[in-house]
Formats: sequence, structure tokens, C-alpha cells
Amino acid sequence: MSDDGSFYQRDLAWHPPKLTPAYKSSVLRSPRRAPLSLPNTLSEMTGPVFGHDNLGSKDNDLILNFAQGGEPIGPRILIQGRVLDQDARPVPGALIEIWQANAGGRYRHKRDGYLAPLDPNFGGCGRTITDQAGQYTFRTIRPGPYPWPNGVNDWRPAHVHFSVFGHAFAQRLITQMYFEGDPLIWQCPIVGGIPDRAGIEQLTARLDREATLPMDAMVYRFDIVLRGRRSTPFENRKDGN
Amino acid sequence: MRLKESPSQTAGPYVHIGATPNFCGIEGIYKEDPGKRMVDAKTKGSRIVATGRVLDGTGTPIKDAMVEIWQADAAGLYPGKGDERGTADPHFAGWGRQAVDGATGLFRFETIKPGAVPFADGRMMAPHISFWIVARGINLGLHTRMYFADEAVANDADPVLARIEPPDRRATLIAPASSLGVYTFDIRLQGDNETVFLDV
Repeated sequence: MSDDGSFYQRDLAWHPPKLTPAYKSSVLRSPRRAPLSLPNTLSEMTGPVFGHDNLGSKDNDLILNFAQGGEPIGPRILIQGRVLDQDARPVPGALIEIWQANAGGRYRHKRDGYLAPLDPNFGGCGRTITDQAGQYTFRTIRPGPYPWPNGVNDWRPAHVHFSVFGHAFAQRLITQMYFEGDPLIWQCPIVGGIPDRAGIEQLTARLDREATLPMDAMVYRFDIVLRGRRSTPFENRKDGN
Repeated sequence: MRLKESPSQTAGPYVHIGATPNFCGIEGIYKEDPGKRMVDAKTKGSRIVATGRVLDGTGTPIKDAMVEIWQADAAGLYPGKGDERGTADPHFAGWGRQAVDGATGLFRFETIKPGAVPFADGRMMAPHISFWIVARGINLGLHTRMYFADEAVANDADPVLARIEPPDRRATLIAPASSLGVYTFDIRLQGDNETVFLDV
């Protein structure tokens, strides 16, 4: 079983537990019983492949992909990073999908009734596929923080939602990216479900001053780590795959 | 030293914006929502529908969940990456994604019945579909499986179902066939019939 390509067992203590009462929605939506642990089978070690022919040219550019004759309001940013596995190997071909509020903290969604207005030029979704080095880039505007119904005065820190497909269904992950220096990170019940401060830091994008585009956009770096796996016999082939 | 996996965070109530934008009225960015169609006219295998709801601790259907499924083709081969045993049906996607209906909470996948796939030790598992469920209030996406009630012999020999204790909980993963090829798989997050979730 040492070289069968199976995934390292997920460290559930690193993720938020199912039940985090300060985040009230988790109370009725958290399973109470222990999950059944399984050795990986093909059903988890396989996964769909997403090709560039699935994507449109503006899919990773949220400044342009919903523009209706103007551009969205807000600080222009790039989000750049790599998708790695737990052995720090790049994960090429990973599909990343993001969604976010506009600069005022409002989502383009019928269930969001926040006072802040919609931005006619901002849809709030994007996607891309990592290159051979596991790298990705999005161009967008920095989302605003917003109040949400949990406590009577809870505010979400500014964030971008990330959905990631690696190479296997076992690696499937949805998470959120926060912005370095935001004091709301440390007051948020959703963030606060993460048990370890280092886990929260891992979801906090860093301002990359060196990469900043002069007179154009700030750059935030956000690396994502997916579950790693034991090496497979196929990796030892000369021609690889 | 191994890196730590990025911690999960809830998909939240607006997951549709990123995952199924056309479903929530954001049109013109993606031609079609990803995972919407799993089969075409040439896909081999018997057509089925997998439908059901995700129920919270009060038994109320969740209206803002997103469900993804992943399954083998009719011959038991996985499309995409990772199955070295052969080439799967090129007319079968294997992966599907649906937002549950905002009024009823129902999800509905039009797919084919999968063939059997081997377990880690080579024994055959009964035909099944892998499910992954996210929603507001779910901190880490939930993995489970749907098995088919009309595969009783295969289900009895299934090495994953056999691990479930007490045995009466196995029924939470077995979808009854309600009518011609329609299987109903209700996923219960809590309660006496809480669905068996998998740490895969």
C-alpha cells in the first residue's frame, strides 16, 4: 500500500469541525456521527479532467467578464498563486473557480438583500486552470466586507471564495481567501472555526509588493495546498503521463 | 515535512455565483454551467435519474445546497484522470454538478447506471455514485455514496457497505427505485437516519 497512489488521510483536526456553534448555520447542518473511514478506491482516486477548451478568454478576468460598457468600481487587484500538493509538488491542470462580492460587499444573488448597490459591471465569478507549474492568475476588484445575519452585528472580512479540483475526487476542496491586515478576520465566526492560527494564516493572501503593476493593480499571493498522495507505479515510467 | 492541506471553509449561501452562475441568473460569462450535462445521445448504458434532497436536523430540505457526483461509466471505467485499466466511454462525463431547486430542495442528475468498480483489495464493489455536498453551514464538503436498491446481491457483497455498523445504517446509502430508472437518494445531515458520510 506504500506506492499505490492513495491519498494521505485528511487531517480533520486542521479543518473547522463540522459543528461550530458560533457559526449558527452549522448547528442543524452538521452530521453528528463519525464519518466512516475507507481505504481509497478508484472512486476517490480518479477525477474529471478540465481542458482549456472549456474556458472562455475572459473567464479569469472579473474586471472584464461581466462589463456592460464600463468597468467595475473598486481597487484593481490580481490574485496569483500556485496549487501544490502536500509534498509541495505543483498541481497542473487544476480547475479553480472563484466568486465574490463587489467592492461594496454586495453579491449578485437574489438572496443577498444588503443595502450596498449592485455594480452593473460586476458579475463576481471567474475560473481558470493551473499551468504546468501549478500557477494561476485572476484579475478582479477587491471585494468589500459586509454584514450578515448570524449575531446582530457580525461582519464578514473581505474574502474571495475558491473552489478547487485537483486530480481526484478525494482532493475536492472549497475554501475562502482573506486579505492580509484585515482586522475582521479575527472576529469572524466562520474563520474562527479553523482550530489553528496557522491554518487561518494559510488562508490569508499576502500583498506582493514586488509584483505590483505600477499605476494599475495591486497583487495578492495565495497558494493553495491540496491533499498529497503516495507515489504511483506510473510515475516511474520513462515516458510518464 | 509535509505541507498542511488548505483548511476548508463553507461554500456559503452564494456558491451558485461561482459554481452555477447561469442557474442564479448571471448569464453571458459561461456558456453553460459546469457539470450540467453528463450524457449525450451516444452514451452507453441504461439511462437513470438520481434525485433527492438534503435534509437538515429538523428534516427540512436545504434550499441552498450544491451537489456534485462522480461515477464510472456503464462498463465500470472512470473517465478523466486516474483509471489505468482502460478507456472510458468518450460520450460520458462521469462528473455532474447541480444546485438544488430553490423552492423544493430537490437535486436531479440525468445519468447512466454505472458498472461495478473494484475495491482496494480487488473485490468488486456494488455499482454506486460518489456524492459531495456543500452548503451554507457545512464547514467541510461531505462525501457519501448512493447505491442502488435493485442491486441487492451486489450490495450484500459490497466491502464498503459491509464496514458500516450498526448494519441498519447501511440502508441510508441505498436509493430505492421509484419508477422507471428514477432513484431517490435523500441525504439526512442529522437524526435517527443520519446518512453515513465517508472520510475518503
